[in-house]
Amino acid sequence: MLTKRIIPCLDVKDGRVVKGIQFKNLKDAGDPPELAQFYDEQNADELVFLDITASSDKRRILIDVVERTADRVFIPFTVGGGIRNLDDIREVLCAGADKVAINTAAVKNPETIREAAEKFGSQCIVCAIDAKRVRANEGCEDNGDKIVVETPEGKFWWEVYIYGGRTPTGIDAIKWARIVEELGAGEILLTSIDYDGTKKGYDILLTREVCKKTRIPVIASGGAGNPEHIYHVLTDGEADAALAASIFHYGIYSINDVKKYLHEKGVPVRL
Amino acid sequence: MICVVDYGVGNLRSITRGLEKAGATVKLTTRIEDVRSAEAVVLPGVGAFKDAMEKMQPLKEALLQEVKNGKLMLGICLGLQVLFEESAEGGNYEGLALIKGHVARLPSHVKVPHIGWNTIKIRRENPLLEGINNGAYMYFVHSYYAIPTNEEVIVATTNYGVEFPSVICNGNIFATQFHPEKSGEAGLKVLRNFVAIVKEAV
Repeated sequence: MLTKRIIPCLDVKDGRVVKGIQFKNLKDAGDPPELAQFYDEQNADELVFLDITASSDKRRILIDVVERTADRVFIPFTVGGGIRNLDDIREVLCAGADKVAINTAAVKNPETIREAAEKFGSQCIVCAIDAKRVRANEGCEDNGDKIVVETPEGKFWWEVYIYGGRTPTGIDAIKWARIVEELGAGEILLTSIDYDGTKKGYDILLTREVCKKTRIPVIASGGAGNPEHIYHVLTDGEADAALAASIFHYGIYSINDVKKYLHEKGVPVRL
Repeated sequence: MICVVDYGVGNLRSITRGLEKAGATVKLTTRIEDVRSAEAVVLPGVGAFKDAMEKMQPLKEALLQEVKNGKLMLGICLGLQVLFEESAEGGNYEGLALIKGHVARLPSHVKVPHIGWNTIKIRRENPLLEGINNGAYMYFVHSYYAIPTNEEVIVATTNYGVEFPSVICNGNIFATQFHPEKSGEAGLKVLRNFVAIVKEAV
């Protein structure tokens, strides 16, 4: 039986793992290769490495850090941040990544996804979507082409942000998810900017909407504070995998703590 | 020396590191001499079927001859699929035809690609799975699967929308649909088993 995946995320800035709140106030959390090996030994199902300022700094990813990190792990390894074109993808794959996450470049030129999927295979192209809630115009039909969802806090739609959560695009995140699937993305890494780093749980509604409207695996990200949050996003949120950073980096919970909790609740995991 | 055939796309560093960790000396290659002199050949699991077959074209004859003469081979993921006669990936393309059968797309009622950790059901004993438990988790990433004409080549199967062969053995040819180099400790054990088979044969 296919299991749900638990994926620790290394947000890397200037060669160090950092973690912030809602993409800001970054704190140091360690050395990427060391943390990567630690998570591999801890039974993580995969590892994601995001060079979080590469895109906004308009520079390329730190290849040597990717190489040193890849050499320490024997589980799937996804790398993202500042990936602009096929050459960047090739370089990252050759450095030891199994998959690349593309975000800003995909929005700026959607054909990048199609070309990358044709060249390297859909299985290694992850489309990262950073989404933020936008309050819909109440009582008025003028939400344009946006998919509006009723939440306990009111009606919202989700907007795609690029450049590490700095730049809004006006694009509807749920619709964008369907487009990237059609273009050939093999997976979606869906991050809620509103919930990121808050430890109050994932944006279940966002995750569920994207999962219902797409046929490729969705990795939920942003907001994990305890194993229960992860349970909710994998069940109510219908996600295929849950990504988390702070709760693992600061040793609040181990990967196995989370997996045992999920197993007891009947969620299939690799123990 | 074990040579890993370089199709010119994707990550070959992981399989190289995995085999090295399993105790092998590894060489990435596109050269006929290396295929001839290697103790074993690994067909890695990156890229698309058509591209891989095109890239292997100059090596094809040497590969077929060496394998027919008993050289050990390990195919991984796409490297398992290219062993068959033909694949439906991206059209209809001919494979190496070292094993009878064809490659088809996973059924549409499940999410494709099949990505993640899934269990293997062992049908029969094989040195490649020495010390691996029935029901062990391995990491899969693929959209296509092999359908061998002769079921006897199937060593283990996995279920995802369909029961497909996840480990195959036909004489000196071994293959896995999962990625042993990405399957943590259990996967490294599979690679150590292959390296042990190679060392024993030399």
